[in-house]
Amino acid sequence: MGRFILQRAGIMLLTALCLTFIVFALTNLYPNLEKLAKTQANSRMTDTEVVSWLENRGYLQPLPVKYGQWLGVLPGYVIEGSDGRTRARCAPDGIPAEDAPRFCGVLQGDWGTSTVFREDVSEIVSKRLGLTGWLMLAVMCVMVPGALILGVLSGMREGSRTDRTLSTVSIASTATPEYVSGVLFIAVFASSAVGLKWFKGTATSAMDDITFANFTLPVITIALYGMGYIARMTRASMTEVMTAQYIRTARLKGVSFRDIVLKHALRNALIAPFTVIMLQFPWLLNGVVIVETLFNYKGFGWTLVQAASNNDIELLLGVSVVSVIVVLVTQLISDIGYVVLNPRIRIS
Amino acid sequence: MEPLTWTGTLGTFLDPLLALFAGVFAVACVAQFVLGFVLQPGRTTANADGTLSVERGPLEWIGEAMKWSFLGIVLVVLAYILGGIVTPYGTGGIIGAMSARFLPVWIALTLTFAISITFKRRLGLYGKLFDSPIGMVGFGLVMFWVFTAIFGGPLDMIITHDPLSQVSGLKNKIPGVPVPGIEEMGVGAHYLLGGDNLARDIFSRMVEGAWIVIQIAPLATLFAFMVGITLGLPAGYYGGALDTFLSFLANLILAFPVILLFYLLVTPEIVATGIPSYMAAVLFLFPVIFLGVLLNSRYYTQPTFRTGLLIVVLGIAGFTYLAIISQRGTPLQILPDAIDPITINGGILVVFVSVVFVNAPTVFRIVRSLALDIQTRDYVAAAQTRGEGAWYIMLWEILPNARGPLIVDFCLRIGYTTILLGTLGFFGLGLPPESPDWGSTINEGRKLLSIYPHPALPPAVALLTLVLGLNLLADGLREESLKD
Repeated sequence: MGRFILQRAGIMLLTALCLTFIVFALTNLYPNLEKLAKTQANSRMTDTEVVSWLENRGYLQPLPVKYGQWLGVLPGYVIEGSDGRTRARCAPDGIPAEDAPRFCGVLQGDWGTSTVFREDVSEIVSKRLGLTGWLMLAVMCVMVPGALILGVLSGMREGSRTDRTLSTVSIASTATPEYVSGVLFIAVFASSAVGLKWFKGTATSAMDDITFANFTLPVITIALYGMGYIARMTRASMTEVMTAQYIRTARLKGVSFRDIVLKHALRNALIAPFTVIMLQFPWLLNGVVIVETLFNYKGFGWTLVQAASNNDIELLLGVSVVSVIVVLVTQLISDIGYVVLNPRIRIS
Repeated sequence: MEPLTWTGTLGTFLDPLLALFAGVFAVACVAQFVLGFVLQPGRTTANADGTLSVERGPLEWIGEAMKWSFLGIVLVVLAYILGGIVTPYGTGGIIGAMSARFLPVWIALTLTFAISITFKRRLGLYGKLFDSPIGMVGFGLVMFWVFTAIFGGPLDMIITHDPLSQVSGLKNKIPGVPVPGIEEMGVGAHYLLGGDNLARDIFSRMVEGAWIVIQIAPLATLFAFMVGITLGLPAGYYGGALDTFLSFLANLILAFPVILLFYLLVTPEIVATGIPSYMAAVLFLFPVIFLGVLLNSRYYTQPTFRTGLLIVVLGIAGFTYLAIISQRGTPLQILPDAIDPITINGGILVVFVSVVFVNAPTVFRIVRSLALDIQTRDYVAAAQTRGEGAWYIMLWEILPNARGPLIVDFCLRIGYTTILLGTLGFFGLGLPPESPDWGSTINEGRKLLSIYPHPALPPAVALLTLVLGLNLLADGLREESLKD
């Protein structure tokens, strides 16, 4: 087991390195850097001015060198600029370049500075992650019980009319992407045209104060898309368990149907959905990006969109590191959980 | 001129009927669901003549009510559609006018269903689809949008206004608003689904959008399948280092949040560097390789026939490949303009490539696991003993036997691709902003959503029904293919 986890951790590290390098390479392409220079300094710079601006700030070093500096395995640049100022990667404005530490990268705990928000990346990411954490928590509280109930109800009597109705409901929910259901919900429950106005169409106020009115729609929107998939997996696993020999034995013994479902079938039927729920996290991340944009909730997904659309290199790298870790850790947990929960599987 | 109401004069007696049936149906649904946990179903008794009879309890009566009220709803909806076609413009209101515009679609749908149901026993898996009600509903929804796309896009039979032209005074106007300057009641006299925030006709844009989606989604899914199959079969069949490497690559792409990947691939700056063109050059090579290997492995025992066939097929495929990847204004311009028959809008190519790129790893994983499973079968061992080549076994022994799950996944994946296209449009990536595709239209409509919800709703509902149809179709296919 220990070796298994170690091996997986090694693959995780390798994947994270490859991914960040790809993001780094794509964001450091010259047209992207040019756009960055023009948004940061002056949108009417000439080409030579752009080059000298970039050169002074170390953007035109070779790609592996820059990546090493970001990672913290190579010493940060110290460049005497064409305008006479000496800039160092590790020296923020106001500190002379000589006093700065030599290394400043992710390994040293320095995630860099966002060019859009003009704040430390680690601060932005942790603040936004906190906001998204509340959203995810609420989504999980709605989605998981809802999906399990839906799946168990439809799976306990396969082929019944309840099963057919609920299966269609779950198919419909997997077929509704967040930007469609969100738009429909806002139109019905929040717009002045229909006039119900039960909830608010934006979740901006939920960043300070979560209320039922401003948080329901975003949560339901994300939960609905993931719910159908988990419900279908639960149904499949439940129908499989319900045809097992020991369920038949229990029935022949005269155990009531309710006790069969609750005491005999349910525990075994929930092993497969556990892994599915864990693997849903990366998809939730997608939903979070869409929903936060739609409802203007300035969390992690909103930050991703801002960073990506403004080519904010270091923020984007921070965001992608976090999301990659979320993806890989949930994969790891789902693998381990599957082994721990299912007594029939042992890793030798 | 009068604005149109939703159901017009037909609605005066059809609307109450619909409300009645819908009310009864909803009550019956809820009652059946709730009472299903409390009441027992009616007792079944076996008769002497070998038949079964069921006592009618309360549950059975609710079931009957559900059945008949549902039938009533279907009939009323049919009456709306037929009424709109038969009666003159305006009598059927907005719904009638729209159904009259969709007339070619209705005809094509009826013909498709009539022919398919008549010959369903001779049509294999496709014919069996018509035994499952869910599959039929899904197929109907999908074909509705396919026909809408074909008749509305290239044939230009459905739209009422130009999807890009603006009519002043119709900005954000509600559905059924009359177009100023047109006096006679007739096609084009109203904006059937209202105007958007640039005063363009929402109905026409929705129909045009279908054409963009139907053009890209199935083809992109097909390409993703070609890539996934060409790489997944050897990975599963050979295993070893090749498998480890390809699986690592696939997992790498899958670990990216899709939206981040889109932002990294589809921005104008990246397009300027030519990376999407190079990716297109690599990804589009796979179908050509696939075709070549497929035919070569089948006919290599008849060298003369094989060589001729390969020259013709690879010649056509290779030329198409060159024509597609060499586009003016990109770094890859191989063919001169004079002999380059295919010009693709730059935005569409980038969108296409990124959607294929995102889908291919999942297909790869599915194909790989299927190949791992199937290669242990006896018929594969038999082929190996016969001395067949590895590619023959992969493409002509393993692949045909994996078709069931692959066809089902293909349907699901077209739906997923449609969702991805919508996501791209929703973030304003790739396609030009005035493009009528559903994602971009939703993106534009969402900005004023709480005041004017009507511009965003038709594309949202359209996308929802298409994806729902594809999911139901996949479900029906899965059910029917399991019955074999």
